[in-house]
Amino acid sequence: MRYLPLTETDRREMLGVIGAKSVDELFRDVPESARRDGLVDLPRRKGELDVERALGRMAAKNVAAGSVPFFVGAGAYRHHVPASVDHLIQRSEFLTSYTPYQPEITQGTLQYLFEFQTQVAMITGMDVANASMYDGSTGCGEAVLMAHRVTKRRKAVLSGTLHPQYASVVKNLSDFADYELEILPPALPDTIEDVAAHIDDKTSCVVVQTPGFFGELHDLRAIAEAAHAKGALLIAVVPEIMSLGAVTPPGEMGADIVVGEGQSIGNGLNFGGPYVGLFATREKYVRQMPGRLCGETVDADGNRGFVLTLSTREQHIRREKATSNICTNSGLCCLAFTIHMSLLGEEGYKRLARINHAAAVSLAERLAKVPGVEILNQAFFNEFTMRLPKPAAEVVDALAEKGVLGGVPASRLLPGVKEVEDLLIVASTEINTDADRAAYGAALKEVL
Amino acid sequence: MSGMNRQGRPSSIDNTAHGGTHSTFTGNKALELEEPLLFELDNPGACGVDFDEPEPFTSRLGSFERQGRIGLASVSEPEVVRHFVRLSSKNYSIDAGLYPLGSCTMKHNPRLNEKMARLPGIGDVHPLQPQQTVQGALELMSELAHWLKELTGMPGVALSPKAGAHGELCGMMAIRAALTARGEDDQRSRVLVPESAHGTNPATAALLGYKVDAIPATKDGRVDLEAFKAKLGPDVAAIMLTNPNTCGLFERDIVEIADAVHEAGAYFYCDGANFNAIVGRVRPGDLGVDAMHINLHKTFSTPHGGGGPGAGPVVFSEALAPFAPLPYVVSGKDGFRIVETEEAAKADGTQPFGRMTAFHGQMGMFVRALAYMMSHGSDGLRQVAEDAVLNANYVLASLKDDMSAPFEGPCMHEALFDDRFLKGTGVETLDFAKAMIDEGYHPMTMYFPLVVHGALLIEPTETESKQSIDLFIATLKDLARAAKSNDKDRFTGAPYMSPRRRLDETAAARKPVLRWAPPMPAQAAE
Repeated sequence: MRYLPLTETDRREMLGVIGAKSVDELFRDVPESARRDGLVDLPRRKGELDVERALGRMAAKNVAAGSVPFFVGAGAYRHHVPASVDHLIQRSEFLTSYTPYQPEITQGTLQYLFEFQTQVAMITGMDVANASMYDGSTGCGEAVLMAHRVTKRRKAVLSGTLHPQYASVVKNLSDFADYELEILPPALPDTIEDVAAHIDDKTSCVVVQTPGFFGELHDLRAIAEAAHAKGALLIAVVPEIMSLGAVTPPGEMGADIVVGEGQSIGNGLNFGGPYVGLFATREKYVRQMPGRLCGETVDADGNRGFVLTLSTREQHIRREKATSNICTNSGLCCLAFTIHMSLLGEEGYKRLARINHAAAVSLAERLAKVPGVEILNQAFFNEFTMRLPKPAAEVVDALAEKGVLGGVPASRLLPGVKEVEDLLIVASTEINTDADRAAYGAALKEVL
Repeated sequence: MSGMNRQGRPSSIDNTAHGGTHSTFTGNKALELEEPLLFELDNPGACGVDFDEPEPFTSRLGSFERQGRIGLASVSEPEVVRHFVRLSSKNYSIDAGLYPLGSCTMKHNPRLNEKMARLPGIGDVHPLQPQQTVQGALELMSELAHWLKELTGMPGVALSPKAGAHGELCGMMAIRAALTARGEDDQRSRVLVPESAHGTNPATAALLGYKVDAIPATKDGRVDLEAFKAKLGPDVAAIMLTNPNTCGLFERDIVEIADAVHEAGAYFYCDGANFNAIVGRVRPGDLGVDAMHINLHKTFSTPHGGGGPGAGPVVFSEALAPFAPLPYVVSGKDGFRIVETEEAAKADGTQPFGRMTAFHGQMGMFVRALAYMMSHGSDGLRQVAEDAVLNANYVLASLKDDMSAPFEGPCMHEALFDDRFLKGTGVETLDFAKAMIDEGYHPMTMYFPLVVHGALLIEPTETESKQSIDLFIATLKDLARAAKSNDKDRFTGAPYMSPRRRLDETAAARKPVLRWAPPMPAQAAE
């Protein structure tokens, strides 16, 4: 087997040193009833070529986003990732290194984590960020638990702007950890949601997403004020992190915790994972944060260096008293994010965000002209919602037949909710050309 | 005087000029280059991407247009590439050398797996595309699920957990859902966790509101069966047990433990972090396990990436399988289908407890793990376990006289030592580990498990050659000898030769500096 260096001769010699007759002897502590003599019922080993064939065959059955006019978003977005990003993250020293528990020989990882934390804090407009969560949705769940710790209260209010699957993740965690939750009905972009009315003295936090699930940009200032007046925290969720190159960051609108999905910067779609959860907060709450934190210090020679710090919050030190059970995070996805963000820089990030906005505006203008289509949004970034004259799920399937991936029907994530049945959520980014938009317009006209 | 070659250049080394340490103007040491923070490279006007401004259009941002400077550094592509290449040179990696971190399974990461994950039909597919456009992705998930079920002998699986600890959470949630369905959730509030467990186990149980009750270990490093049985009762929800355990030992009484757990009406959660020791040889389902997470980034070699991303699918027994969370893949006559809502699950007749993450889990890790499994096959995977165990026992046997082993062998895939061999030397486990860095090794896991004093836990894995392990053993023998012969300086000041010496972690925690900030502008001169 190509990955196994030991030869039969090696094995014999080693058994000799150990003083065992066979490798079976080394397994003697396994109860007799559980020892398997034969092989499990699975295929035998394969060479590289055969594995490539088998997996290539499966890959070929999928429609790759890059092969068609593509407008799917709702929490994951297709952006162009510069070639150097994927090259750099595949360097052995990054790819095949462990969590930086020995800082003397993992300064590479630690320094990019410090840079990542800085970038995330800057774009969200917050004081500090951690070294990542698994993804935006699990980060959202952790943010709610953190708010409960900070406020010593037990109830969270989820706005109807929140991605339904993020809400499901929070609900699951809250149910099992015995916390209270109020989930508001879906907040369509053409209605006004009065979140503040649901905040009372028992509320630990209110969770609002912007851009919202339906693409609408939401003003957080009044909600922040209402929350703070009752001693509650505002958690802002940003699933399309590209938006912050163009849109007022939650940190400037009074958010206490900002949770983001960082996939858009540096990371591919990957059918849903791995992604990278961004988690930022105010300085005063840092000791209640979940997850790893990287901090600056000096070494024995007085040189600047970096270490994982404040680990007395974490499970490997605090065990059952930890702020979270999280251990492994999204290290390599953070690196991809950091490299891409470094390439973009101040000007590139802002310009790319403007291009995204322009792409979506152009698409909205075009689709609004298709008979029967109504665009519901007032203010949006690169994603908006259309009301169609028939169920959106049918339309999406019909568009797919015509080779256009036209978005996400709201009913896929909100099944059984009558008022969203004819709503289609559409995203457009820098990857779309005018030809893509024209193809979409023409196909939509045909299927309606 | 050094010799000259025919071009008149010196061909042998003249080492009379400089002795010992030597400082440079740049602070660099030949190939080892100092590198500032990205933000210190900021050069306004530079940019690493080329995009034209969009044509004029009417903004729809409303009143939400971002104002002011964000603070991001402006850097060109060559500078960005150089920055990260220089950073990379400050990292140790499994590709560079033996990485014997016990419990972490740092094995070779085949590049075939990277290539497969980057196929456009895998890496460039959106989780919410219409299902008819992702049949291959669903087939891949289904195939991975099949391999995991066969290898563990367990009938159910949840693929979506994002890492080991997330898998633990998933498994314990399924247990709680099953207890709720039985009407016993209120009554069962205690979870038994051995003292030697990973920190994630008690943290997970506590997150779900359980009271964590520690089970003591016996002198031979295993669960104290009598003490454990005494702790069982009608208020116990589950036991969380790692097997092989964190001392690198197989729990001999595991079947008896499982039977007792079930008899008490509780469930058996197994932490599968150490599955590498038994894959293809022992099936957890045959041991009475009800739920177990599998770290794809350990046993199935998806790269650790400097601390993630991982993936932690969970396998379930018959009793827990119906409670597995959303989403899950089913196959029918019309192909594959992903069940992602409670409504769809109801129609399917399952009772998923909820949802762990927004989408379907770590697809990028699924494909790598499946490529790894297919490469090895049933025969290769069995060989993985055998070679991993053989390598660890070889280390244990070779070092037990120079270092001190707290338990009798055989061990499984990792060899555990304590600090008795350092007694009276003035050298501690930490110093010993740091001295290994100067010898070109990443240290083993230190001070874990907690049940052993000054623990040194070595997991060589199956992808080390005998030659590599022999040099490692010889190095540790030399270090042990040096420690015992009063060569204290080699340890207490170590490492001397790494990119950084020991770092002041106390200072880092006392006054945390967690981000870069621009230097304060100097007071303007009057």
